[in-house]
Amino acid sequence: MSGRATGIYRRRLWINRINLAMSMGTMAIGMLFLLWILAVLFRNGASALSPTLFTQMTPPPGSAGGLMNAIYGSVLIVATATLISTPIGILAGIYLAEYGRNSPLAEATRFINDILLSAPSIILGLFVYTVYVLYVGHFSGWAGSMALALIAIPVVVRTTENMLRLVPSSLREAAVALGAPMWRVILMVTLKAVRGGVITGVLLAVARISGETAPLLFTALNNQFWSADMNGPMANLPVVIFQFAMSPFEDWKALAWAAALLITMTVLILNILARTVFRQSSVR
Amino acid sequence: MNLQISMPPVDTAADRATRKAQADAAPKMSIRNLDFHYGSFQALKHVSFDIAERDVTAFIGPSGCGKSTLLRTLNRMYSLYPNQRAAGEILFNRQNILDPKTDLNLLRAKIGMVFQKPTPFPMSIYDNIAFGVRLYERLSQRDMDERVEWALTKAAMWDEAKDKLKQSGMALSGGQQQRLCIARAVSVKPEVLLLDEPTSALDPISTAKIEELISELKADYTIAIVTHNMQQAARVSDRTAYMYLGEVIEFGETDQIFLRPARKETEDYITGRFG
Repeated sequence: MSGRATGIYRRRLWINRINLAMSMGTMAIGMLFLLWILAVLFRNGASALSPTLFTQMTPPPGSAGGLMNAIYGSVLIVATATLISTPIGILAGIYLAEYGRNSPLAEATRFINDILLSAPSIILGLFVYTVYVLYVGHFSGWAGSMALALIAIPVVVRTTENMLRLVPSSLREAAVALGAPMWRVILMVTLKAVRGGVITGVLLAVARISGETAPLLFTALNNQFWSADMNGPMANLPVVIFQFAMSPFEDWKALAWAAALLITMTVLILNILARTVFRQSSVR
Repeated sequence: MNLQISMPPVDTAADRATRKAQADAAPKMSIRNLDFHYGSFQALKHVSFDIAERDVTAFIGPSGCGKSTLLRTLNRMYSLYPNQRAAGEILFNRQNILDPKTDLNLLRAKIGMVFQKPTPFPMSIYDNIAFGVRLYERLSQRDMDERVEWALTKAAMWDEAKDKLKQSGMALSGGQQQRLCIARAVSVKPEVLLLDEPTSALDPISTAKIEELISELKADYTIAIVTHNMQQAARVSDRTAYMYLGEVIEFGETDQIFLRPARKETEDYITGRFG
C-alpha cells in the first residue's frame, strides 16, 4: 500500500467517524425527547389509571368518574372512519398503481391526494363542519367519523399505491400471461403479494386518526354522558383531554393524563403490530 | 398423425424432416413484416419467419437485439404498456393476433409464457397451478387434484412437490420455482409456450433439468425460446433465428445455423468473434 493511498484511506476513516458521530447524536436527541414525553406521560398517567376508567362516565368537576363514554365514543368514531376510509383508500391506491399509472387523471388524483395528505387536520374538520354539521344543525359522531376518514384516506391511498408499485412487473405479467383478466390479477396476485404492507398502511392511518383532536372539536364535539347515538354529539378521548387538561380541577387533569396514556399506548401497540406482525408477508 | 407418441427420445433427421414438411404446410405462428416501437425507438424491423408446430424455435443474438421484444409480441404482452406498439402481422391459427379486436385473455390462455426470473405467485404450490386452471375451467376437487399432479409431473416437479402442495410456492429453490412456473404454464393446456431466457437465473443442474423438459414438452407444444446461451439453443432447438439490432439476420434449421451459417454475421456471433 502506497503512502498516498494510506492518507486517502485515513481521511475516509475520519469522515466516516464524524458522520457516524453526527447521526448517532441526532438520533440521541430524538430519542431523548421521545423518552421524555413517554416518561412524563407515565408519571402523570399511571397514577390515574384505575379500573373505574372503563366503568364510569366522565364526571362533573369535583366528583369521581371514568372515561367509559369517551373510550366507547373514540372506538366507535375511529372504527367508523376506518370502515369508510379503508375501501376508498385501497381502491384509489389500486387505481393509481394498476390502472391509471401515469395518465393525466392519475397524476391529478395523486397531486390532490398529496395535498390532502398534508392538509392541516383542523381545515378538514372545518370543512365537515361547514358542509355537514351546519347542514344537519347539530354535532354528531358521524361528522367526527367523516372528518377522520378524510384524514385517513390519503394515508391509505399512498401506502397502497406505494406497496403495489413494489410488486415486480414480472409477477403481474406472469398472471396476465395465463390469460387472467386485470381485476383477477390484482385481487389474487398483486394485492395478495403486498397485503402485509397494505394492512400496515391501514393500521398506521388508524394510529394517526385516533389522536386527532382538532377535527373532532368541530364535528363530534363532546358529551358528558353515555351516548351510543352516532347522530348526536359524542364523547371521545382527544376532546376530553383537550377540555380536562385545560381545566382548573385536579381530578379532571388526572383523567386527562389517563386518557393521554391510553391513546399513546393504543397508538404504540398499533405501530408495533404494523411493524412486526404484518411485515412478514410483504414483497420479497 | 401420431407424432407425439411415436417420437423417440433422440430426434432423428427423419423426424425433423417429417416435422419440417408438416410445418411448411401449416406453421403454428407466422410473423410477417413485424415492426415494433418503444415510443420512438424501433426495436424490431421487418421481422418475418414462421414458427413450426411442435418445434422448438430459438431466438438468439446479443443483448438488445430485440429477441425478448419479439417473444413479447407473440402473446401481446407488450399491450400492457401504453407506449409500446407493433405493426405488421402475426398469424396464429390463421388469425392475425395484432388485430385490435383480438381477445387478449383468450389469446394468452392459448400462448403460455415463462419468464427469466421465476415468478411464483404468493400462494401455495397447489394454488399456483389451480389459479390458471380456474380461469377457464370449472373442475371438481378431484379433477383439479389430478390436473395439478399432471402439470407438476409434466414439469418434472411432482416428486419434489407432492408432499408440500400446501406450502408457499415462494419457499421453493430457484430451479424448483422455475419448474413450478413451467407447470403453471402447462396446466392450462396452451398450444404455444414462450420461454424468455428460462434458465439464465438457474444453476447448471436446474438448467439441465429444464432443457430436458423442453425436449419432452415439444411433443405436445410449440415452443419459442429466447436464450443468451448458444449451446442451449444448439441443444434444445430445431430452428434458430439469429437477430441483431432488431432484424432477423438469419433463420433456419438449428444444425445449419450452427454448422453452416449462410451469413458472415451469424458465423461471427456463434463463434464468439462478434464485436
